[in-house]
Amino acid sequence: MTSRTSSTRSTSSTRSTGSTGSWGRAGQYLALLGYLVFLAFPFLWLISTAFKPARELGSLHPTWIPRHPTLDNFRQAFDEQPLLRAGLNSLVAAASAALIAVVVATPMAYVMARRRGRLATAATGWVVVSQAFPFVLLIIPLFLVLKSLHLINSVAGLVMVYVVWSLPFALWMLVGYVRAVPLELEEAAAVDGAGRLRTLVSVTAPLLAPGIVATGLFAFITAWNEFFFALVLLKTPEKQTLPVVLTHFLGAEGAADLGPLAAAAFLATLPSLAVFAVIQRRITSGMLAGAVKS
Amino acid sequence: MTLATATARSGKRSGRRSGKPPDHGAWFLVLPALIPILVLSVGPLLYGIALAFTDSQAGRTAPTRWTGLLNFRDLLHDTLFWESFRIGLLWAVGVTVPQFLLALGLALLLDQNLRFRWLARALAIVPWAMPEVVVGIMWRLVYNPDAGILNETIGDLGLGDGRDWLTGLGTALPAVIVVGVWAGLPQTTVALLAGLQNTPHELHEAAAIDGAGAWRRFRTVTWPALRPVALAITALNFIWNFNSFALVYVLTNGGPGGKTRLPMLFAYEEAFRYGQFGYAAAMGCVMVAVISVFLAFHLVARLGGGEDG
Repeated sequence: MTSRTSSTRSTSSTRSTGSTGSWGRAGQYLALLGYLVFLAFPFLWLISTAFKPARELGSLHPTWIPRHPTLDNFRQAFDEQPLLRAGLNSLVAAASAALIAVVVATPMAYVMARRRGRLATAATGWVVVSQAFPFVLLIIPLFLVLKSLHLINSVAGLVMVYVVWSLPFALWMLVGYVRAVPLELEEAAAVDGAGRLRTLVSVTAPLLAPGIVATGLFAFITAWNEFFFALVLLKTPEKQTLPVVLTHFLGAEGAADLGPLAAAAFLATLPSLAVFAVIQRRITSGMLAGAVKS
Repeated sequence: MTLATATARSGKRSGRRSGKPPDHGAWFLVLPALIPILVLSVGPLLYGIALAFTDSQAGRTAPTRWTGLLNFRDLLHDTLFWESFRIGLLWAVGVTVPQFLLALGLALLLDQNLRFRWLARALAIVPWAMPEVVVGIMWRLVYNPDAGILNETIGDLGLGDGRDWLTGLGTALPAVIVVGVWAGLPQTTVALLAGLQNTPHELHEAAAIDGAGAWRRFRTVTWPALRPVALAITALNFIWNFNSFALVYVLTNGGPGGKTRLPMLFAYEEAFRYGQFGYAAAMGCVMVAVISVFLAFHLVARLGGGEDG
C-alpha cells in the first residue's frame, strides 16, 4: 500500500523525460506488480476453485494450484442448474437488444453529431441524466406496465428494457465515432452530385461500420452481464438469464456448493471476456471520444 | 414533448445557417430512438414519480388511490431506511475515494514507458468485462472462511486466524467495499488515462527543465489538465456506486443484520418482496433528490471542462 502511494508521486513526471533514477523506476515496477496482483488474484482463484475436486475444496488448507485438477465441477454445474438454457436465453436477449439498440441509435447519433443545436444538447443531457437513475424508480412502473401487457417472464419484455437501457451509452459512443468521420468527405460526395441518402450509405456508413460493430458488441456485453432487470422481470428458471441462474447456486442460506458455483461463474465470464478482448481498443477509444469530447 | 419541439427548431436553424433548405429528413433519423426513449424511459420515470404519491401495492384489489405526501411522511420516520441510506453514503464514499486514488496511480503508471504495462492494461479489462454477479461470486470464494485464499494467506503470513469476513458485523461493509473498488477500477483508470493523454507533453518537459520536482510537476501541470475528467468521473462513480445493487446482492444480500443493505437493496425488497410499490417509489424519489446534487456537480464539471459541452 505504501509503495503504491509513494510511487504515484514519483511517476507523474517521467514519461518523456526519463529522468527518474533507478530507485524511482524500481518503485514504479513494484507499484505495477502490486496492481497486477490486486487485479489478477481473485480471477485466478476463481479458476483454481473451478478445477478443484470436492475433497480439496473441503480441506482446511487450500492451495493455488489444484493438486488433482478435474472437470467434475463443470459436469455437476450443468446437472444442478439449466445452464445451457440460461445461456441461450442470455444470448437471445443480449443479441436482440444489441441489434435493435444499434439500429435505432445510429441515425440519432448521426443527427446529434452533425447538428449542434438544442436536440444535441437535450439528447446529451438525457444521456448523462439517464446514467443516474436509481433503476428502482424505473423498474417499478416498467414492471406494472409489462405486467399489464403480459410481458413479465418473457425475454421479449426484457429485450425492450435492455434496448432503452443501453441506448444512452450506445448514443454516447456512436456520436464520438460519427464525429471522427470527416465532414469534408460527405461534402465532397455532395459536390460530386451524390444525394443525401447516397452519401450516407456509400460514404459515411462504411467508415462508421467498425464503430457500429464495436457499439453493438458493447451493448451485447452489458446486456449479457445485466442482473437487476432480469431478476425482477424473469420468474421461472426456464426463462431466466445466466446471471440470475448463477445466483441459484448460492442456495437459500448462502451455503454454496463451491466447485460447481465457481465452474458456472467461470463459464459465464468467457463470452464477455472474449468479446471484450476483441473490441477493447475500440471501446476504450469510443468511450473516451464520448467522455472527453462530447 | 419539449425534446421533440427542440428537435424541430434546431433542425430548422442549422439548416438555414448552412444555406440549405430545412431538412425534415432529420426527423426520420431521430424518431426510431426517440420513441422507445419516451415510451420506455421518460414515461416510466414520470409514472414512477407519480407512484410515489399513491398507495400502489402488489395484488391490491381496491383501486390505487392518491395519498399525497403520506409515503414521504412514513419514510421520514422509517429508521431502517435512513440506516440503509447512511450505509449507502458510506459505501459510495468508501468505494469512490479509494477507487479514484488507485485508478490515478494506475493511470499514471500506465502512462509511463514501463515494460509489462500491456499486461496491466489487459488485466485491467477483466473486472470490467465480468458480469457483476460473477464478480460477487468470485469474491465470495476469496472471502470464504474455510476454502478461501484470503484467510489462508493471512494464516501463511502469520497475521492471525482470519475471519468470516462477509458475515462479521464489523467486517462485512469494508469487505464489500474492497470488492466495489476492485470492480470499478478499470473504467476509472481508462477515463483518467485519457485525461492524462490530453495533457500537454511540452509543458511537462519545460517544467522538468526548469527543475520542477515530480510532485510539483504533477500539481502544476498534470493535475490542472486532469481535473475536469477527474471531477466528472468521480461524480459519476459516486452516483453509480450509490445506485449499485447486483454486487452486494450476491455478496451479502444486505446482511449481516442489514449492515450492507444499500438503498437499492432496501427498495428492491420493499417493492418486489413486500409489494409496496408506492412506498418503494418514494424511496427512489429520495434517492434521485440526493443524486441530483452530484449530477449537477458532474454537469458543471463537464461543461467547465468540455470543448462544447
